[in-house]
Amino acid sequence: MARVVRIDRNPKPHETQALHAIGWALARALPVVALALCWEALALSGAVTPFQLPRFSVVLARIWTDAVAGDLVLNAALTLYRALTGFAIAATFGIVLGIAMSRNLAVRWLFDPVVSVGFPMPKIAFLPVIMLWLGIYDLSKIAMVVLDAIFPVVTATLAAIAGVDRHLLWSARNMGASEHEVVWQIVLPAASPQIMTGLQVALPIALIVAVVAEMLMGGYGLGGAMVHASRFADSPGVFAGIVEIAIVGYVLIKAMMLVRRRLLIWHQESLAPSTV
Amino acid sequence: MSTLFRYSPLLLLAAGWELIVRLGLVSQLALPPLSHVVLAWVDMIRNGELVSNGVSSLWRASAGLALAVAVGAALGIAMAWWRAANAALGPLVEMFYPMPKSALIPVTVLWLGFGDGSKILLIFLGCMLPVTLGAFNGARGCDEALVWSARCLGASHVRVLWDVVVPSALPEILNGVRTALALAFILLVSSELIVAREGLGYLIGYLGANGTYDAMFAVVLTVAFLGFAADRAYQALVERLLLWRE
Repeated sequence: MARVVRIDRNPKPHETQALHAIGWALARALPVVALALCWEALALSGAVTPFQLPRFSVVLARIWTDAVAGDLVLNAALTLYRALTGFAIAATFGIVLGIAMSRNLAVRWLFDPVVSVGFPMPKIAFLPVIMLWLGIYDLSKIAMVVLDAIFPVVTATLAAIAGVDRHLLWSARNMGASEHEVVWQIVLPAASPQIMTGLQVALPIALIVAVVAEMLMGGYGLGGAMVHASRFADSPGVFAGIVEIAIVGYVLIKAMMLVRRRLLIWHQESLAPSTV
Repeated sequence: MSTLFRYSPLLLLAAGWELIVRLGLVSQLALPPLSHVVLAWVDMIRNGELVSNGVSSLWRASAGLALAVAVGAALGIAMAWWRAANAALGPLVEMFYPMPKSALIPVTVLWLGFGDGSKILLIFLGCMLPVTLGAFNGARGCDEALVWSARCLGASHVRVLWDVVVPSALPEILNGVRTALALAFILLVSSELIVAREGLGYLIGYLGANGTYDAMFAVVLTVAFLGFAADRAYQALVERLLLWRE
């Protein structure tokens, strides 16, 4: 079904399509390039000191030096490792907890107030407590990420399961599906788009928290490197850190959107033209 | 009564906290008993430490958030209203939206120093984009028939913008503001933990470094409660603002 619709919509030959896509990408890159040029011009004009805003080319050169020296790869890999490990743990436990809460009254009673009070709390305030308990290495950074990223997953899973079409459940039960089969074959697939949305909310949070934790606890990692640079008043280093973190964040979010499109290819939403 | 039953697990949690420390299962150094934390909290309220730092934190958060809501909503509606604005700003919003805003903490300090200015700027920059995106989606989803009828009845462009587009974008804007509210607290606390001379985040870091953990726990719980209370109050406000919706 999906295939038929797609072919109808794009009758153009491949070459024109590719050219069109490239042209469109260039047009979208224009404001970004303009911003970079403005940055360079502002820094050159002398209105701000190089300490407040180093030239963009200097920052790029700095990123290049970091990349050649291997620091960039090491720091980015460590930050990603912490953010993604924490995210994976939060996603697994969040979904499991969400399912358990929606299927078992006792579990729901126990965790509902914790989730509803914990969700809007700024969990980052607990960072010194986590440091006190778990030290300043990977364990505490990952624990902090899990603590922050798990709440959106749980609430999204709860809302998703509550919104599953009852007729699907009734028909499945009517045809003799066991509870186990109902969960795996009806509830989870039907709830997956909204759970995925929860994961998409949790992923940037995981990255933000990983960076803040590194800033506070020091050591390697993109956040740690930035704080280190700012302590030594090394402003190209600070701005290089911002650009690096921005790129990592952008790539991660785009990758997540691709994963969503792949996983939910059977769902109606992948037929609709994408809006963002 | 039903509320009490609903929140009783939290009471259990508090009782469990007190109990495991009193029974010596956990060292008092790692987890001060809840009763000590409460006493420390009362102490800090009495000598004004908590109040003065709390006021300066709340001022930073509300100033940054107010700026973010004003500018962010205006930008989002402009992007939905004018194609040119969308073409120019859309890619930038898309690029900066996923950026972890905590990366800006050292830069805002570089620009505006250790005081209020750097925190307000950080919260403004960090909270603006969720509001922008909400306003953009809301204004874009505005029913075209409403715009046409308003134009037909002789409303000027500005009137249409103010009387039709803004109200129909309001639910989405308010949704974006809720995200921004949570972000404001995260950014406030993390920036104050990293560099500040006053504020609740600073107080947490200072007390932790001093080893007065009961007081530190008291401040941590205060911050957590403030975030929770702000969100609940905001939700109540939204319900009132959107009463006109069916």
